[in-house]
Amino acid sequence: MAGLTLRNVGKRYGALSVIQGLNLDIRDGEFLVLVGPSGCGKSTLLRMIAGLEDITDGTIAIGPKIVNDLPASKRELSMVFQSYALYPHMTVAKNLAFGLQNFKMPKAEVERRVAEAARILQIEKLMERKPRQLSGGQKQRVAIGRAIVREPQLFLFDEPLSNLDAELRVQMRAELASLYTRLGTTMIYVTHDQVEAMTMASRIVVLRGGHIEQVGTPQELYERPQNLFVAGFIGSPKINMLQANLSQVNGLTEARVAGLPAFSIPNLPSAPANATLCVRPADVRLDGGDVTASVTVKLVEYLGSETLLHVALTSGQTVLVSHGGRSAFRMGDALTIGFDLTDLHYFDDAGQRIEPTQNESRLQ
Amino acid sequence: MNRFIARNGPAYAFLLPWFLGFFLLALGPILASLYLSFTRYDMVAEPRWVGFDNYVYMFTRDRRFWKALNVTFTYVALAVPARLIMALVVAMLLDKGLRTIGVYRAIFYLPSLLGSSIAIAILWRQLFAADGVVNRVLADFGIPSHAWITDPNTSIYTLVLLAMWQFGSPMLIFLAGLRSIPRDLYEAAEIDGTPKWRQFLRITLPLLAPVIFFNLVLQTIEAFKTFSSAFIISNGSGAPADSLLFYTVYLFNEAFKFFRMGYASALAWVLLIIIAVFTGIAFLTSKYWVHYENERD
Repeated sequence: MAGLTLRNVGKRYGALSVIQGLNLDIRDGEFLVLVGPSGCGKSTLLRMIAGLEDITDGTIAIGPKIVNDLPASKRELSMVFQSYALYPHMTVAKNLAFGLQNFKMPKAEVERRVAEAARILQIEKLMERKPRQLSGGQKQRVAIGRAIVREPQLFLFDEPLSNLDAELRVQMRAELASLYTRLGTTMIYVTHDQVEAMTMASRIVVLRGGHIEQVGTPQELYERPQNLFVAGFIGSPKINMLQANLSQVNGLTEARVAGLPAFSIPNLPSAPANATLCVRPADVRLDGGDVTASVTVKLVEYLGSETLLHVALTSGQTVLVSHGGRSAFRMGDALTIGFDLTDLHYFDDAGQRIEPTQNESRLQ
Repeated sequence: MNRFIARNGPAYAFLLPWFLGFFLLALGPILASLYLSFTRYDMVAEPRWVGFDNYVYMFTRDRRFWKALNVTFTYVALAVPARLIMALVVAMLLDKGLRTIGVYRAIFYLPSLLGSSIAIAILWRQLFAADGVVNRVLADFGIPSHAWITDPNTSIYTLVLLAMWQFGSPMLIFLAGLRSIPRDLYEAAEIDGTPKWRQFLRITLPLLAPVIFFNLVLQTIEAFKTFSSAFIISNGSGAPADSLLFYTVYLFNEAFKFFRMGYASALAWVLLIIIAVFTGIAFLTSKYWVHYENERD
């Protein structure tokens, strides 16, 4: 097992820079998820760690050792590919053993490791099959098995679940999580799916345009997003964003949002004229709150355990409300929604988080 | 009937040129040659039915038939692997190094377009002549000159070289095959520390097997049918000492030099059967070495 240190890591393809000055410390034994929209550089970063892409700037160290110039095979890591990358002409057993045979490992040891991986992943009965005779989930298990047999100090996963259907994805997610608990090896996992990131990660790295937007535990990212991008990217259904004008009145910050009554926010260290106030759909209440507003129901999405309401403020802006109850709502219903100031997230005009100095709140 | 013609008439009208071509220029001559192979026919007198005489003569008394078979088999055994290996090597170089440069593909394909022409065969004869370019270049390295084409021991190798040089069409097919192998497989192998030669043996070759098989069958058929280069280089005779007496050259001479059309037809049918047998063998053995991605078990 090993931790990983990335210092000022950059990647350029000619004039195009896809990753710039990236610094990251990955702790020994942690499950780190790299998440971000398409083209954010997350897969490139993973491939740079793997040794499949050259590093243009900076250094990558596995443990104490800088591996910039070390070939992929010498980095003692395993990678699971999105496409599974199983050798189609080999049986499952041969797929699992193929990599080990390069290391001139005794046959008995190869067999022991293959059998052990097959047992862990419950694929013993598939050993003589070829990849084309396997379902998507089974292929995924074999691909993971091929990573396990190496007994690496680092596992890399490149969107491993994105080719699976929704049900299987949930199942494999749980299996991967239990595999992580069992092996305790450092894992770096790339996904564009924030649910995968939230459910599996020890820590999440949110990437955009080759930059790190925020690093933190799933809870930190959800509860204290450092900028508007992270606020919008993490959490489903998506956070509500309200444009606000802030001004100082009698030492208090007064917020004006179209469609809401004016309200004051105590102890906000700065009051930029143009700010964005965010509130998660789950934090919007139907039974009052520090700030309330009259709305009209535009759309009702019944999801079983919760109901998602799309409601319109008098300004016309849509606000999402996640309601846990079983109340029957209809389109066109008039409601009053509300939220507490403690549940609000404040972002300045550059989209950076403004942290209130204390959590007291008071209505004007 | 009228309705049938009204409905399908235009379709058959459009197909008519193809039907005419097929029946008059392909199927007709094929069946005629089968009939003629059982006759003696000099293109002047009427064909005379002789039963299996042509075939019996061929296999029991015609030494030149066996010589022609020997030359052709030697050529096939050397030229097909040589051309395929050359094609694969160039395809791999193009696949790795010069992926985006289409012009190289065109340049490498050029010999294949020119190679089957009479002009190149004549050029080849001059290159390997006693006072040709090859000998002059070798002389620069102190190697004594050699009559490559007129020496029966070396003449066939000049033709093998010519065949090897015409690697363009199998090369393009190999290139397409190489491109269809997912990069992920090599990356996975790379991470597992698989040396390049083992990647080639254990990933590239097995996954390329359907393409290799296709090229092998096609090139074997091509090689058995080789005619113009052998005809030109040997001046149409199969000389020196019948060392370039390719089966097709022998067949041509029997037909159009000696006007033994019946015997030539029999030779043609034997060649057809030989090619069919070789293709059949290739297909029968293919299940042991050709892996198809979507094959059902």
